[in-house]
Amino acid sequence: MSSSFRLTILGCITALAISAQEMHSVGNIFQPQATPAESVYHLSLLVLAVCAAIFIVVAGLLTYTLIRFRRRCGDHKEPAQVYGSDRIEIAWTVIPILIVFVLTMATARIVSATLDKPISPDALKVTVVGHQWWWEVRYPALNIVTANEVHVPVSTTAKPAVTFLNLQSADVAHSFWIPQLAGKTDLIPGHPNKMWIDPKQQGTFLGNCAEYCGTQHANMQLRVVVQSQAEFAKWTASQQQSANANAGIKNGRTEFLSLSCVNCHTVSGTGAAGTFGPDLSHLMSRDTLASGVVPNSAENLRAWLKDPDAIKPGSLMPNMQLTPEQLDEVVTYLSSLK
Amino acid sequence: MASIPYIPEVSAEDAKAPSLPSKLHEWIVTVDHKRLGVMYITTSLLLFAVAGILASLMRIQLAFPNGKFLPPEVFNRLFTVHGTTMVFLVGMPFFAGLANYLVPLMIGARDMAFPRLNAFGYWMFVFGAILLYFSYIGGEGLAGHGTAPDVGWFAYSPLTERAFSRGTSTDYWILSIFLSGIGTTASAINVITTIVSMRCKGMTLGRMPLFVWLMLVVSGMVLMAMPPLTAAQAMLLLDRYLGAHFFDTQAGGSALLWQHFFWLFGHPEVYILVIPGFACVSEIIPVFSRKPMFGRAAMIGAILAIGMVSVSVWAHHMFAVGMSSTSNTFFVAATMLVGVPTGIKIFNWIATLYGGKIRFDTPMLFCIGFLFQFLIAGLTGIMLAAAPFNWQLTDSYFVVAHFHYTLIGGMLFALFGGVYYWFPKATGRMLSETLGKWSFWLLVIGFHMTFDPLHFAGLLGMPRRIYTYPPGRGWEGLNLLASIGVIFQAAAVAFMAWNIIRTLRNGKAAGNDPWDAWTLEWATASPPPEYNFAVLPEVRSSRPLWDLKHPEDPDWKYE
Amino acid sequence: MTSIVPIQETKWRLPDRGRVGVSCLIATEFALFTIFVVAYVFYTGKSLTGPTPDRVLHLPIWPTICLLSSSLTAELAAKALAGYRISTFKLWVAATILLGCEFLRQTALEWHHLITFDHLTISTNLFGTTYYALVGLHASHVVLGLTLLLLTLVLSLRGSMSGQERRFQFLSWYWHFVDAVWVVVFIVVYVIGR
Repeated sequence: MSSSFRLTILGCITALAISAQEMHSVGNIFQPQATPAESVYHLSLLVLAVCAAIFIVVAGLLTYTLIRFRRRCGDHKEPAQVYGSDRIEIAWTVIPILIVFVLTMATARIVSATLDKPISPDALKVTVVGHQWWWEVRYPALNIVTANEVHVPVSTTAKPAVTFLNLQSADVAHSFWIPQLAGKTDLIPGHPNKMWIDPKQQGTFLGNCAEYCGTQHANMQLRVVVQSQAEFAKWTASQQQSANANAGIKNGRTEFLSLSCVNCHTVSGTGAAGTFGPDLSHLMSRDTLASGVVPNSAENLRAWLKDPDAIKPGSLMPNMQLTPEQLDEVVTYLSSLK
Repeated sequence: MASIPYIPEVSAEDAKAPSLPSKLHEWIVTVDHKRLGVMYITTSLLLFAVAGILASLMRIQLAFPNGKFLPPEVFNRLFTVHGTTMVFLVGMPFFAGLANYLVPLMIGARDMAFPRLNAFGYWMFVFGAILLYFSYIGGEGLAGHGTAPDVGWFAYSPLTERAFSRGTSTDYWILSIFLSGIGTTASAINVITTIVSMRCKGMTLGRMPLFVWLMLVVSGMVLMAMPPLTAAQAMLLLDRYLGAHFFDTQAGGSALLWQHFFWLFGHPEVYILVIPGFACVSEIIPVFSRKPMFGRAAMIGAILAIGMVSVSVWAHHMFAVGMSSTSNTFFVAATMLVGVPTGIKIFNWIATLYGGKIRFDTPMLFCIGFLFQFLIAGLTGIMLAAAPFNWQLTDSYFVVAHFHYTLIGGMLFALFGGVYYWFPKATGRMLSETLGKWSFWLLVIGFHMTFDPLHFAGLLGMPRRIYTYPPGRGWEGLNLLASIGVIFQAAAVAFMAWNIIRTLRNGKAAGNDPWDAWTLEWATASPPPEYNFAVLPEVRSSRPLWDLKHPEDPDWKYE
Repeated sequence: MTSIVPIQETKWRLPDRGRVGVSCLIATEFALFTIFVVAYVFYTGKSLTGPTPDRVLHLPIWPTICLLSSSLTAELAAKALAGYRISTFKLWVAATILLGCEFLRQTALEWHHLITFDHLTISTNLFGTTYYALVGLHASHVVLGLTLLLLTLVLSLRGSMSGQERRFQFLSWYWHFVDAVWVVVFIVVYVIGR
């Protein structure tokens, strides 16, 4: 039992290290793409190695002991009654303390490097505000407000680009976690936090809210979209524009503005300035609706407006009880907000 | 075999069999520590089964991505009530039950120091349990009538403030734990007083069984750890009902204050949960290796060190909240440091096995499972102690896997070992070895099938407390495997339940000392009479029965 | 077969059960009060609006004298009971109760003033929250102590307290503890906090 048990565990640890590359890369903490996640990765290798060594020694000793000292059939004599050994106790107290010391030192270095990084004045600064069950994303210097997606420029050796995130919450505690970019940092009301990332690869990185925040905590998904400098500039420019004012969808816009949508949502360039729900100015520029639950498309938008609870049960978006005609008009209008 | 003078001559069976109502009445009004111990453990095991069913429902929901088996509100209530039940209504009462049953017997006393307080503690626990589950009928919450609490077992603020948790469901959580916590504190006072004031002649503190030492330390920790929780809950009630602002962030209150108070309780709490498991293992391993515990003094020193250091590590549950790098580093150091005495205990247990003649009866099998699994759990704990690594692992399924490893793989295995070990003493009958072994192996298979994959789900970015997950993140296979493991664990528990029921009906007689053990509880009848011992014992070493059975080589020559 | 060898004829004395039990209770209550004091200190100066301690709190000299004297009278009562002087005992217990009640009366007056004139309630601001919680927790322990002392007085009037000096001593320890907590509250809330 014991040796096959031990082999299984050993196999698992080895498999983890080797197959980390083959495993799904989406949220794999062993496939870091930014400095914070990389420093965690290197530290984790050290810790895993130490733990694996300890496991092999101790579990190995235990396995050996169980096999070697099992009671043989018919042997009823008591073994030698050994009470202890001071020297052995000291040895296996001192050695673990030394191991602890080494690990603590290694850890302290990474803690300091990550938490105490000075904020350079020209770095991109993003404020992320957690809400019950969506992410508000603001770029104060660029005058951009969006939701559920954080766009950042890629960091290359030629042009390093660090993005600093200011984390706040409008209601309860949340947590910002994109495993491939950095460890998680909580968004706590009344206690702003900061973190930074410098993604080294372009693409969309997925993450989740990682602090239970109520009914739809599971569906508070997060995206960091890493773009080249040129694309990021393009994105910024389009986000900064006032919401598209297309004459052809005037009915829809009027409908939207007359319904109580404006109490919760903002559309730049119109009178809608509500802040309880996500900013809709460039709704169609995002990949998903309802913070990652469904892909962003006109049909999904229609389904969402028709009955939010069917898509995200318990979400704080009320069912506006729109008639089919109203739905069509509002969807047409919102679909124009690119 | 030496004759042991404490065993009474009249057996309990000689008494006339009472009627059912009067038997029930006896149990309800009892203040006898043995009866209360049995009641604690039985109630605890029943609630364990209930919480296990709740977990099984969750695992059915999580077996497949985008699961539709349960709506989110129901799932969120399930993990809250599952966690709350397992920690407060299974783990703590098990400690109380084991301590109340065994400590007086092991120290040669006739009962606990305060028998009526003992009964009070038990009934407070029962009332707390009823209150928590009554919320399924009487609670009101965001999703309407009949809602249990859904704020998670550690109930972070401000989610628990009135603004975000309307109705009374959260209050059921607060009050049920508040009340059962009073019961636990009462037990702790009782255990400490009994150990300090009622040891039999010759039993100095140094000669107490390790089980008793560990129960003493646990009780001390309860006295220090329950107040932060009780205080925080009182503050939360004041917030919710009198408009106070302890955790109200809109008025300048601090959400983090709840976390600090809760984990000041919560970290010692997890040691309070696992140390009774250590206590069982520390009695079983020597007996089944046929050797005394290796390094008794070191074991006592280690548990005292754990008790003291464990109150200084609480913020390792809060590495991600944005503390300064100095604070982070302090808690890294303290947390890793507390691993040292824990490791020392593991080494000493192995050293006790080394050179022995190991018998692989069911209690010992559970202890062996404990040793391997607690080792792994401790190592994943070291991983979690490295703060930056923690930033990735916390609040993910890795930490869920870690604490289930410590609690099931560690605590539960050890406690089950204890149940199999002391069941003959408490009932006078031997549990079936065959059923016991089936139960053990099914539990090993099921436990590993469920919790080994969940480590990897966490490493792949799966956060905890989510009622469903999307496909395409690499979590599907791992979750399916984890859910299948539940079947084996349920079977294991069923086998154990069947073993107990069958044995109670017509099990083999156990005799006073079926395992050939050395502590005083084996020096009296099985089950012990109400007065425990015919004559109160006098001891000269930590293994009084060894001294009696081996007069040519007694322990007191070496201690 | 051997019988137990009587080890030594030295006495086997263990601490008294009641002492250990009450000491444990006091230890855990001490931890409880510590948490409320920590909350008070943590929130000092953090109220966003509303009355502040320096404006509305005044040093409670007279209540403190009452409460600390009641510790003295409780001790005198314990000694009287131990010396079988029951009527002296009743006198000192009555004095303790009266002093304790005066303390509570003063607290009630202070709270009345705070609520009606200074408009400070538990929900006004952080100061109100932590102040009423801490002082209220202490006052509830005073009430509990007074209830037990009253019970003691009633029992002694019926003649049931003779020989119970051990039990009364535990009550007096509890009472001393409550007074010690008041000293801490006094220093933290009324001296440092202002």
